[in-house]
Amino acid sequence: MTQLERHSYDVLVIGAGGAGLRAAVEAREAGLRVAIICKSLFGKAHTVMAEGGAAASMGNVNENDNWMVHFRDTMRGGKFLNHYRMAELHAKEAPDRIWELEVWGALFDRTKEGKISQRNFGGHEYPRLAHVGDRTGLELIRTMQQRIVALQQQDGRDHGDMESHIKVFAELTITEILKEAGKVSGAYGYWRETGAEVLFEAPAVIIATGGVGKTFKITSNSWEGTGDGHALALKAGANLVDMEFLQFHPTGMVWPPSVRGILVTESVRGEGGILTNAAGERFMFKYIPDVFKKMYADNEAEADRWYLDQDNNRRPPELLPRDEVARAINTEVKAGRGTEHGGVFLDVSKRLPAEVIKKRLPSMWHQFYELAGVDITKEPMEVGPTCHYVMGGVEVEPDNAAAVGVPGLFAAGEVAGGMHGSNRLGGNSLTDLLVFGRRAGMGAAEYLKHNGKNPVSDAAIKAAEARIAAPFDRQGGENSYSLHAELQEITHNLVGIIRTQSELEDAITKIADIRKRSANVAVSGGRKFNPGFHLAFDLDNMLLVAESAAKSAFLRKESRGGHTRDDFPGMDNKWRQVNHISSFDGQQVQVCEQALPVLPKELFDLFDVHELEKYMTPEEIAKGGSN
Amino acid sequence: MARKLNLRIWRGDSTNGALQDVQVDVNEGEVVLDVIHRVQATQMGDLAVRWNCKAGKCGSCSMEINGKPRLACMTQVASYGEDETITVTPLRAFPVIKDLVTDVSFNYKKAMEIPAYAHPADVAPGDARMEQIDVERSQEFRKCIECFLCQDTCHVIRDHEENKKSFAGPRFFIRIAELDMHPLDTLKNRKRTAQEEHGLGMCNITKCCTEVCPEHIRITDNAIIPMKERVVDIKYDPARWLGSKIRKRDGIV
Amino acid sequence: MSGVFSPTRAKIKERTLRTDKWWLQPAITFGVLFSFVIYATFRAFENKYYFSEPLISPFYSPCLSTSCEPGSALSFFGQPFNNKYFGIGISPALFILIFPLGFRMTCYYYRKAYYRAFWLSPPACAVAEPHTKYTGETRAPLILQNSHRWFFYAGLIFNVILTWDAILAFRNPEKEWGHMSVGTLVFLFSTTMLWLYSLSCHTCRHTLGGRLKHFSKHPVRYKAWTIVSVLNHKHPTFAWISLFGVAGADIYVRAVASGAISNFYFF
Repeated sequence: MTQLERHSYDVLVIGAGGAGLRAAVEAREAGLRVAIICKSLFGKAHTVMAEGGAAASMGNVNENDNWMVHFRDTMRGGKFLNHYRMAELHAKEAPDRIWELEVWGALFDRTKEGKISQRNFGGHEYPRLAHVGDRTGLELIRTMQQRIVALQQQDGRDHGDMESHIKVFAELTITEILKEAGKVSGAYGYWRETGAEVLFEAPAVIIATGGVGKTFKITSNSWEGTGDGHALALKAGANLVDMEFLQFHPTGMVWPPSVRGILVTESVRGEGGILTNAAGERFMFKYIPDVFKKMYADNEAEADRWYLDQDNNRRPPELLPRDEVARAINTEVKAGRGTEHGGVFLDVSKRLPAEVIKKRLPSMWHQFYELAGVDITKEPMEVGPTCHYVMGGVEVEPDNAAAVGVPGLFAAGEVAGGMHGSNRLGGNSLTDLLVFGRRAGMGAAEYLKHNGKNPVSDAAIKAAEARIAAPFDRQGGENSYSLHAELQEITHNLVGIIRTQSELEDAITKIADIRKRSANVAVSGGRKFNPGFHLAFDLDNMLLVAESAAKSAFLRKESRGGHTRDDFPGMDNKWRQVNHISSFDGQQVQVCEQALPVLPKELFDLFDVHELEKYMTPEEIAKGGSN
Repeated sequence: MARKLNLRIWRGDSTNGALQDVQVDVNEGEVVLDVIHRVQATQMGDLAVRWNCKAGKCGSCSMEINGKPRLACMTQVASYGEDETITVTPLRAFPVIKDLVTDVSFNYKKAMEIPAYAHPADVAPGDARMEQIDVERSQEFRKCIECFLCQDTCHVIRDHEENKKSFAGPRFFIRIAELDMHPLDTLKNRKRTAQEEHGLGMCNITKCCTEVCPEHIRITDNAIIPMKERVVDIKYDPARWLGSKIRKRDGIV
Repeated sequence: MSGVFSPTRAKIKERTLRTDKWWLQPAITFGVLFSFVIYATFRAFENKYYFSEPLISPFYSPCLSTSCEPGSALSFFGQPFNNKYFGIGISPALFILIFPLGFRMTCYYYRKAYYRAFWLSPPACAVAEPHTKYTGETRAPLILQNSHRWFFYAGLIFNVILTWDAILAFRNPEKEWGHMSVGTLVFLFSTTMLWLYSLSCHTCRHTLGGRLKHFSKHPVRYKAWTIVSVLNHKHPTFAWISLFGVAGADIYVRAVASGAISNFYFF
């Protein structure tokens, strides 16, 4: 038996996306020794996929913008289920976080005056998104990566060792967060490359692992989005908040597999794309809700005329709000009128000449042509709802990102819950990463002022070792690939974009069944870079996420933001006062209700009271805030 | 419509390895990475391959396909003949770990050797003003997704292991160029160190880096050659050298 | 064992697994460049058939030697060189060819082309090169490639001279203006391509604006830089066409001067 590899740090950051790196920078600047864990190579995190921009009310393009406007937009977007304090901190600090990136070398697109340019985006009242073409996420991750290197170079000059204060551990998976005496003591994991196990002793651990998309069959997330941090936190005794809220995009590609999950922007419909089912029927006309009847055309002739004359015709029903389009697609597919791959057709090729499509939708055309050989000027796309972002996540204290209930544990970024309420505005995630990544780093530094090393016991190491060894010891058990596929099928069909009581019930039973079978997963081959082995651990995480999402969704009897119940289609102001808190008892996920923190008066007063009436009960309105 | 594809995959590790033939279903529109995943799920559960976004944005799935450095997620199976066998191997400029996965730590070491951006001390956060035309050149280089295909194809290190210690490679020449062209960067000696420490002079501008770049960054024309010219300004051009002594001119530092 | 056969690399015995015709491009480059070199050498030493009023071969212009054919030298430059040094007869071409040749030899595009085709360093992308050692352009003689800009300046002077030659081609053999022959067209084409080749050059791009840190402070140079940048995309194309143009002009002059054909006048 070889000696176990051990490392000792002040702070362990799990995840090397925007939030993790920002947290690491902050902790290092507080003088701490930091280890950064990436599941893949350094700089490949899912943050690179963010295209639109980073929302911050710098007011460079419209000087009326300020944090209060941004705060209001965020709360509206989240249908007032956001943790007000997180939304407040985010809105207030986002501009500083963007400007600081510039000091570290980021090159955003510029305004005429030479300031950082800002673009419009859905839900934001003013042009607010700092951006670099359509690769803002890449700019952010690269800047953070280079900031880490800059600090390492500083350490090289000061201490003679570039890695004395920040070390990046790439391609390493954490399987467990370790605790001693009720407080965090470190984490246990393995090198993906060799399968060799590693112990990190660290009294403060920051989780910044991102999303959960891979729990679903169709997702825009990469393989890494397996909810590791959600599950690690749950298992360590932390809570997840509001896991029923998942952002689905109604039109993601479902076929061919090479582009499955990739978003098809709404502008494809805006430019004349029509939705048809497998029988060729333009089905959206059947799904116009009464409230929209005045605005949307009920026949093809009028809908087609709209593109030429928008004043005298009603809009085509393809341009209904996202959730209506999603519901329609979902209904068609479930009624057996979908394509064989579980989607519907979105066709722009018969509507516009090829040159016009290429000119108006250049990145869409390129993307599908290059990635899948699909020429959208010649053939229809097969689309369906795709899982994009999880609003729910680890329950944290807004000011220091500390996970509730676990001293020494922190969470930031997509893995943390509360900030976005029931729905996230585009552009808010990139600044979320920076604002709360920094706060997590500060929180850890503050925590370490009063808490020293917390040595890991041999018993904890043995237990962690045993869990990693288990799948290799089993013979002829379940295959992790097929279990994963089964899980994705269940979540996609039953906990997807449109939900109902009976289906969620069904999902909960089925997920429990897979969970049982997953205890029997066996892995073939050796430990060295073995994806089957890696998936066995990811699967366990995704099962916890799925269970938590299904159970929370089952309990929430209303539709709000990223949670749509067919059987409870309306928003219910009573439910706005409720957060769903998931916890794990070692056997299964328990979900209970918890009162949402009440908006303090100074924030309450930022809104027009008539607007608040749409979201709040009369009693809440009468109270007028918490103080 | 599924058809059978003959795929030849290099399997092995640092001690040994060989090309193995497999037959695998392939559907219309699929990329090489899809097919590799299918092999992984159905025939070789422990086949090692690195990938992330599967959308050409993260630069993880770098490998060599029919001998050419490529991203597997951006390589259409249909771009090869129906009867053609597709051969996939790990990157051949870096040490192999297992199967299609190589040890690319060389690149991260080099990244740490390039001095970071130096912001002017008197420009506070939020006060920076830069014109769009002044940032565009550097922005092109910041499109880099660090797939390291340019590093892999560069013969300076691909064919000469011993050059690795003294040669940063195309990816880091664009990084140096990015910083040297950054309108606010204050570090003065980037041109000199590019030549004297990072091996710019080793490059013989044969342009393979530009050919393989999936982001279509014009590495040679827009970064390496301009840097070589800037090096000439300070090292090999007496007239310029003299000029810069007499009066400080924009751009020569 | 080095390079792709180093002990740490994936054990693959082939130098390359490329299945396309990767050898074709370097082979063509080799063939064409080699033919040009042979022809140019032959012509440089031939020392005749380079002038037929008003056409002078670009290989011999400006003709600076006392042995220049009557009427071929420009009075502006005079004839400072002797026809013989140390008892060896020297063709007038040899006094000047170093400049255009040096410009092409140090050109960033030609370097790529001949490093690949002649040096096989590398023969093609991801094809292992045969050399065991490689130091690039870090030491003599290749460090002299850094002199490209001097040859670029010289090249500009030659472009002016050859442009003048093309203008002179609007004369007839009796030195009367206002005429135009096939030779005029050949010369116009050749010099135009030479200008495009020079102006699209990387050094030109650098000198005009590339070396600036702030384009916004130099709007005119920025404009020039953007135009040259567009041309620069086509630099390889101009490099080849101008090479053929010069060779074509020389071949045409030789054919006329040797009496093989006569220079057809349109008017």
